[in-house]
Amino acid sequence: MMSTPSNNHSGVSVEVRGLRRSFNNQEVLKGLDLVVRPGEIFVIMGPSGSGKSVLLRHIIGLEAPNAGEILINGESIQTPGVMNKYRMAMVFQSGALFNSLTVGENVGIYLTEHHLRPPEEITRIVAEKLETVGLKGTESKLPSELSGGMKKRVAIARALVIEPQLILYDEPTSELDPISAVVIAEEIFELNRRIGVTSLVVSHDRDLAFGIAHRIAVINEGEIIAIGSPDEVKRSSHPVIRNFLHADFKPQ
Amino acid sequence: MFQNIGEMVLLFWHTLLALPLMWRQRDKVFDQFYEIGNASLLMVCVLSFFIGGVLALQTGPTLVERGLHNYVGGLVGFSMAKELAPIMMAILIAGRIGSAMAAEIGSMRVYQEIDALQTMNINPVHYLVLPRLVAIAFALPMLVVFSILVGWLGGAVVASATSQIDITMQAFFVSMRDAVKLEDVANGVFKGFCFAWIVGVVSCHQGLVTRGGPRGIGRSVTKAVVNSIILIVVFDYVLTRILLK
Ligand SMILES: Nc1ncnc2c1ncn2[C@@H]1O[C@H](COP(=O)(O)OP(=O)(O)OP(=O)(O)O)[C@@H](O)[C@H]1O
Ligand SMILES: [Mg+2]
Repeated sequence: MMSTPSNNHSGVSVEVRGLRRSFNNQEVLKGLDLVVRPGEIFVIMGPSGSGKSVLLRHIIGLEAPNAGEILINGESIQTPGVMNKYRMAMVFQSGALFNSLTVGENVGIYLTEHHLRPPEEITRIVAEKLETVGLKGTESKLPSELSGGMKKRVAIARALVIEPQLILYDEPTSELDPISAVVIAEEIFELNRRIGVTSLVVSHDRDLAFGIAHRIAVINEGEIIAIGSPDEVKRSSHPVIRNFLHADFKPQ
Repeated sequence: MFQNIGEMVLLFWHTLLALPLMWRQRDKVFDQFYEIGNASLLMVCVLSFFIGGVLALQTGPTLVERGLHNYVGGLVGFSMAKELAPIMMAILIAGRIGSAMAAEIGSMRVYQEIDALQTMNINPVHYLVLPRLVAIAFALPMLVVFSILVGWLGGAVVASATSQIDITMQAFFVSMRDAVKLEDVANGVFKGFCFAWIVGVVSCHQGLVTRGGPRGIGRSVTKAVVNSIILIVVFDYVLTRILLK
């Protein structure tokens, strides 16, 4: 049950095959196929309600598909033990911080609960990760005392502590001001460069997506309508993608 | 309610299997234990004192009228130890602690905190359910003992202070000593121990299966308390029947 720390810092590959999922007769994922290579930053874009969060929940094993399968490093996540073999982290769209715990306890919980480090060292790591996301000295605050964007950054710090081989970000910059958004984008990039973590980023943020992605997939109504390098996606002629990439507010 | 019994038994079983991990969770067990004591001690005192008192008041005059002075202490002591203390404490704890467990775990479910635990490979049964069940399984029997003692005291005070009964405290306790055996107290404590598991399992289970938003949490809390009380009363009968010699 316990994951042990390992020195293997290389990212894992993720393969989604024919993934289908319905909620109350509404088909949300209509047969998705995609391959994310080890160490890649893979951005998933798409309109609201297109099934991006649902896809991430399947990849991290919180939901079971109606059909299709998900492979991590070639092994199905349904196989017992596979999910425990790799360190994975997810930054939820809502943050999903533990509201009864302080910020410090939230960030350190993975190390504390798995008894991976002595308490003093956990305190040090927590302080370091909080500083990384620009929240130095907030250890003793409660999540209810933070703004939406601060919660998101704590959630990112909590994921960083895991030193994962696969990290899923659900709209990491959606509630942040442009400057914090750049800081987070840099951190996602830096983490990927430093430990080679495979990063799946769901985002509406065009700057973030085109700034950090190795490859991009666009998903619309539960189907992938484009997949490729940022340039390839930019050149796509699909009307939804054109709208999505060029939507601008134009006063009449 | 009954379609969930299987799930509850399963949750109980998983918790039992996790008991060897309790040492790792000892801080959380102590937190919960403290929480339970802190939340209920004063209420337990007031409730038990008056229940013991009213028991003496209801039975005392009739017994004394028939010349059965020697039985007042025994009757109060016996009823308190074998029946009233365990069932009252269990119902009190269902309302005070079971509701809090269902609300806390339920809100963690609704706000995806339990999902977050799972993505970090932290088993919600080990992290949330185990410490709560262990704490309540220790706390409730202790509260029962405490309640029995306070109830006896309440009975004695009322018996000596009411003119229609008029038994000295000393006489009250002497008659009690003749009637109530240690076994009877153990009997009540054992019932408390069993009820503790019922309250804990039902409430944690309701919390874990919470769906929807704040209204879902409210529904879970109500169900946790009501289902706990129903099961407590039914099991009280069953246990009494089994323990009857
Ligand atoms: N647990 C659920 N029960 C029922 N329907 C659900 C559930 N989760 C998601 N859905 C439905 O699935 C669809 C896709 O939801 P999802 O959260 O994946 O959208 P999204 O692409 O992440 O959108 P956004 O960008 O707004 O976050 C929605 O229509 C939603 O109503
Ligand atoms: Mg979403």
